[in-house]
Amino acid sequence: MATQTLDTKGMNCPLPILKTKKAIKGLGAGETLEVLSTDPGSVKDFEAFCKSTGNKLMESTEDGGVFRYLIEKP
Amino acid sequence: MPNDGSNNKKMSIIVTKGTLDWAYPPFILATTAAAMDVDVTMFFTFYGLQLLKKDLGHLQISTLGNPGMEMPMMGMHMTMPNIVSAIPGVDAMASSMMRSLIKKKGVASIPELRDMAVESDIKIVGCQMTLDLFEWGPELMIPEMELGGAATYMSGALESDINLFI
Repeated sequence: MATQTLDTKGMNCPLPILKTKKAIKGLGAGETLEVLSTDPGSVKDFEAFCKSTGNKLMESTEDGGVFRYLIEKP
Repeated sequence: MPNDGSNNKKMSIIVTKGTLDWAYPPFILATTAAAMDVDVTMFFTFYGLQLLKKDLGHLQISTLGNPGMEMPMMGMHMTMPNIVSAIPGVDAMASSMMRSLIKKKGVASIPELRDMAVESDIKIVGCQMTLDLFEWGPELMIPEMELGGAATYMSGALESDINLFI
C-alpha cells in the first residue's frame, strides 16, 4: 500500500512528472507514492525521472490504458 | 545520487520567441529539468520577453508561413494557405482553437507552466536591452523577473551542462 496516491489521469506531458515531483517533496524517506497516468509517454518518462533523481521506481504496470507507478523516496 | 533538490547539474535556456506555440518548449524543458533537480536559468530576450508579461492572454500562434501546422478540424487536418493567414482575425481564431485543444487534451497552459517555473525556483532573467528597445516598463512584467544582459547569461552558461537556444 502506497503512502500516497497521485491521480494524473487525463494530464499530458510534462504535468504528471511535475505533479509527481511536488508530491515526492512532501514524503519522508522510505515512503512511497503511487502515480496513475493515462499518458503512454509516461512509461519512459517515469523511468528517466527516477533514474535522474535517485528515487526508486518499484513498480511500473498498465491496466486498461491506465499506467501505474510506485515510487519510493530514498 | 542525492535527493536534496540538487544533482549539481545546470541548464540555461535562451528564450527568443513570443508566440503561444513556441512558449511550450522552453517552459516544458525548464520545469521538467527543475523537477529532475537541475538548476535552471531562463534568459528571455527579444520576443521571448512577451512570455514574462503579467498577463499572457495576448499570446497567439501565427499560421502565416507555417506549413507544418495542421490542426484537427471538422474531422480532418487543416493547414492554412498563406493567403488566408493574411486575413485579419485568422491568427486570433487559430489561437483560440489552439487554446481549446490544449485544454481538451490535458496539456498545461502557459500561465500554469510559468507558475510552476517560478515555484520551482527557476531563475528568470529578462534582457534589459530588449525592455529598453520595446519600451516595456518593469510594471508590465512579472515581479520574479531579474534584469540582466549578455554577460549575465554568459557567466551562467559557462557553468552549465546544457545550454539551449529556443
